[in-house]
Amino acid sequence: MKALVRGAVLIAATAAILIIINAQLAKSGAQSGGNTLTVYNWGEYIDPDLIKQFEKETGINVIYETFDSNEGMMGKIEQGGTSYDITVPSEYMVEMMREKDLLIPLDYDKIPNIKNIDPYFMDLPFDPNNTYSIPYFWGTLGIAYNPTLLEGQTFESWDNLWDPSLKQQVVTVDSAREVLGMSLNSLGYSLNSTNVDELREATDKLKTLSPNIKAVIGDEVTQMMMNNEAAVSLIWSGQAADMMSENEDITYVVPEEGSNLWFDNIVIPKTVKNIDGAYEFINFMLRPEVAAQNADYVGYSTPNKKALSLLDPEVVSDDRYYPDEKAREHLEVYKDLGLEMLGTYNELFLEFKMNMK
Amino acid sequence: MRDLKRMVRRMKTNRAGLRLSMVPYSLWILLFVIAPIGLIVYYSFFDLSGNFTFDNYKNFFTSVYLKLTVSSFWYAFLITFFSLLISYPTAYFLTKLKHKQLWLLLIIIPSWINLLLKTYAFIGLMGLYGPVNALLETVGIGKQQILFTDFSFVFVSVYIFIPFMILPIFNALDKLNPALIDASRDLGANAWTTFRRVIWPLTLNGVKSGIQVVFIPALSLFMITRLIAGNKVITLGTAIEQQFLVTQNWGMGSTIAVFLILFMVVILLLTTANERGMAGSGKKR
Repeated sequence: MKALVRGAVLIAATAAILIIINAQLAKSGAQSGGNTLTVYNWGEYIDPDLIKQFEKETGINVIYETFDSNEGMMGKIEQGGTSYDITVPSEYMVEMMREKDLLIPLDYDKIPNIKNIDPYFMDLPFDPNNTYSIPYFWGTLGIAYNPTLLEGQTFESWDNLWDPSLKQQVVTVDSAREVLGMSLNSLGYSLNSTNVDELREATDKLKTLSPNIKAVIGDEVTQMMMNNEAAVSLIWSGQAADMMSENEDITYVVPEEGSNLWFDNIVIPKTVKNIDGAYEFINFMLRPEVAAQNADYVGYSTPNKKALSLLDPEVVSDDRYYPDEKAREHLEVYKDLGLEMLGTYNELFLEFKMNMK
Repeated sequence: MRDLKRMVRRMKTNRAGLRLSMVPYSLWILLFVIAPIGLIVYYSFFDLSGNFTFDNYKNFFTSVYLKLTVSSFWYAFLITFFSLLISYPTAYFLTKLKHKQLWLLLIIIPSWINLLLKTYAFIGLMGLYGPVNALLETVGIGKQQILFTDFSFVFVSVYIFIPFMILPIFNALDKLNPALIDASRDLGANAWTTFRRVIWPLTLNGVKSGIQVVFIPALSLFMITRLIAGNKVITLGTAIEQQFLVTQNWGMGSTIAVFLILFMVVILLLTTANERGMAGSGKKR
């Protein structure tokens, strides 16, 4: 009986403590609940120390979530039920989200640090006057290759990819616009071409590349290049930077016919709950020292002009990462070609993939 | 409380109770089987701008999709064939072992591990600098490109599907009355005839359900096609994934899905034909 009473008291005491702790937790949860900021970004696309610094400075609690495709990100925002305050779509996706009325126009009175951004990257066709978006990172599409695995092959031109010596050596990303765009560029056409004959020609040319293709895969390209598993890859500059930091033999080049110039941009989606926090975050990310630290961590090129002087001069003067204005003339930004055309691109790409053996 | 007891009693005896007990099942079927299939069929009749159209169906027959279907079937056939080739003798061997349930469990355990993890493991194993190539090199064969070939795709798929093939065959073989085999031998049949005329027909149902659970998912494999085959093998599953996620053409994606469902129904019908007769003769033993 005594043991029973003791047991009951113990249980009651434990329950009481748990109730108190729970109440305490709920209170602090509610506090931070009023001041949280949900950032929805690509994976590995921010220096985590910067989030901590931002939280410390502002007292805002940051919830960081990641996505791996523009389309997936838009789907989640479009379907609602989410409360993302910040997200980072690529340029064509900014266009698409704007058309679907998923973005909020930015109030530049609240973003004084916009002055740090290079005017060259402002007011681009995908978002005139930067009404909805601010460039976050930019880069190119090119060829990353490992000379030690090749016999003197270089890549001044896209056509070098077709060289017979590269049998089963080339890896590309699994993305219709990139691969078909490369073929279009190699023929001297625009990578925004909507001309059916040009697209047909580009697809037929792409089919002749088949013997050289080792695989068409996703983010695994980076790992494969690092491990010397593949010698040549069609890849974005940032991923090439990742490869080079792990494997010093690798180098990156943008062929002379031109290529894609891309931007990922900060926007405030319609799902925003903490709009003041969102502006604070954007303004924070645009500080020169923050942008520099972030670019150093992520490895992509920053559009923040003031940040450039804080970065390693060797990187900034490297025209593989920061092509000069003359080199940029050959680069093209993707336009949103509409779903119909995107379907055509994907069907042609599928045709190429079906033909790879 | 008394009411509940009465209800239970009534349920056991009453038709109304029987009907009541069907509610969860019917709801489930309605919400998670019929409604989604209905939605897929519905979406398949709309184009990108939301107009009613049959173009998606026309498109399926005129473009790359037909070729895609043929290649999907070919690879699904290869995967099923090799799974069966390995599973039948394995299952037969297992039934002869002393601790057969334990051995069976050991074969099943890998299927508890996440598919993606296993696939990534194969990337490492089959890579140019992986253990398989290291072995080939020491043996003197030299480095081979294993990853991103038909071989690697079929091999990994077979590895993944084998437990699902073994299980029904094992069960069928296990239920087989050994007296029948003895009788067959006593009546003068040799080992091959016994297998062909007694064992195989009596375990055919296990084989058929094995084929069902392998062939149908193999038709719509999509992740392995990219990771192991480097997109050199493309199945209907890949095409559906692309239509929904990249092209955002839900209509076309749904149309491909409708065809996939139709193909699956055909396969189900083919592999379950005669089942009733077979099951009857199985029970009789």
